[in-house]
Amino acid sequence: MDQTGRSLISLEGLDREDILWLLGHAARFEASPNSKILDGKIVATLFFEPSTRTRLSFETAVNRLGGRVIGFSDAATTSSSKGETLKDTIMMVSNYADLIIMRHYLEGAARYASEVSPVPIINAGDGANQHPSQTMLDLYSMLKTQGRLDDLNIYLVGDLKYGRTVHSMLTAMRFFNPTFHFISPDELRMPDEYKEYCRNNGIRFEEHSSFDEDTIADADILYMTRVQRERFTDLMEYERVKDMFILKNDMLRKTKPNLRILHPLPRVNEIAQDVDANPKAYYFQQAKNGLFVREALICNALNLLK
Amino acid sequence: MEKSEKSELLVAALENGTVIDHIPSNKVFDVVNLLGLTGINTPITIGANLNSRKMTSKGIIKIADRYFSEDECSKLSVIAPNIVLNIIRDYEVVEKKRISLPDEVRGIVKCGNPKCITNHEPMQTVFDVVDKNNGTLRCRYCNKDIYKDAIKLL
Repeated sequence: MDQTGRSLISLEGLDREDILWLLGHAARFEASPNSKILDGKIVATLFFEPSTRTRLSFETAVNRLGGRVIGFSDAATTSSSKGETLKDTIMMVSNYADLIIMRHYLEGAARYASEVSPVPIINAGDGANQHPSQTMLDLYSMLKTQGRLDDLNIYLVGDLKYGRTVHSMLTAMRFFNPTFHFISPDELRMPDEYKEYCRNNGIRFEEHSSFDEDTIADADILYMTRVQRERFTDLMEYERVKDMFILKNDMLRKTKPNLRILHPLPRVNEIAQDVDANPKAYYFQQAKNGLFVREALICNALNLLK
Repeated sequence: MEKSEKSELLVAALENGTVIDHIPSNKVFDVVNLLGLTGINTPITIGANLNSRKMTSKGIIKIADRYFSEDECSKLSVIAPNIVLNIIRDYEVVEKKRISLPDEVRGIVKCGNPKCITNHEPMQTVFDVVDKNNGTLRCRYCNKDIYKDAIKLL
């Protein structure tokens, strides 16, 4: 595994075997999530931008493995609000912690931190750039519900233009011969550079502009994302399309029995409440899987996995 | 032809030094800055908006008694990939150096992404050259691409 030290900045350096190896460890942590493997370790969670969901997941992972957590959840309370550089904050915290888990609003912040830090860094999201633990838990959820990652029919729905998670999924899935289906409003279509990436890597894809029960009938995975108002330059267009990309329970009638619905959360209205009771809804378990995946990523960063 | 001979005569021929030719006219002063020519004491002649057969208009810089390393030359490729450096010794052109983009560009170019960490921390920028023919750079930090015409120097 070719990472900067043991840091995890993006999934780019990981190959098929690395990904499956990490997911295998995540499954072991799911079988026994509590242990003392991090006994005596201190992990810093530096959240320069609030993200309660991700922070709680990482901190729970550390706590369940017997480690201790220091850190902050909002940069407004730290020296960076006084103008301290990121480098100085990292150098200071690395005196205290064995591992730094960092969320930052600037893109590339995690890579830079990993270059200056003497302890490993796990990127918990850097702006619109990378969020590798989210992608890993998405893959873990697909593997767990489908029994395989190979040859899946994956439907990505919603904001495919700005959605960080859908872009990371394309690149991480390149080893597994997927067929992607892109369903989005015109303004939020998958950018050309990612379609080009698919072509260059032999990834099949189809684009759809309508979202209905026939379009998704063949899906193994339905990956929903939020269509946000602020992404539209034309608000008339937003008003026109906002209700066209909402998943409702009656749209699932023709879908395959193995279909599972994923969503990175938080959900607003893109999945109707009546879907929650459908056994194909998987987004809450998906979030729970994040815990096991993060246990694996933390232990890997500290070189504790065999 | 006559015209260009005349303009050549406007500046003295070099005995020894470097003539940087085929600079796009609007990039002449970028070249001056990149090579640090403001700190050089030997005679320098700077020409801009000259007639050119290959380009609509071009710039030329003649620097007496000064030669440039590969590193310095490769910096220039970021802003003007078709520049030619004529190495002059004893009034003769002994070498015509064409430059090409290196694999990575450090500390010269500004990332165009306002949310990139390199625009907020006192740190060096690093770009991987992902397309040498079209001059496309990719920021090693935020992964955004910059295309040739949008490249801005630090």
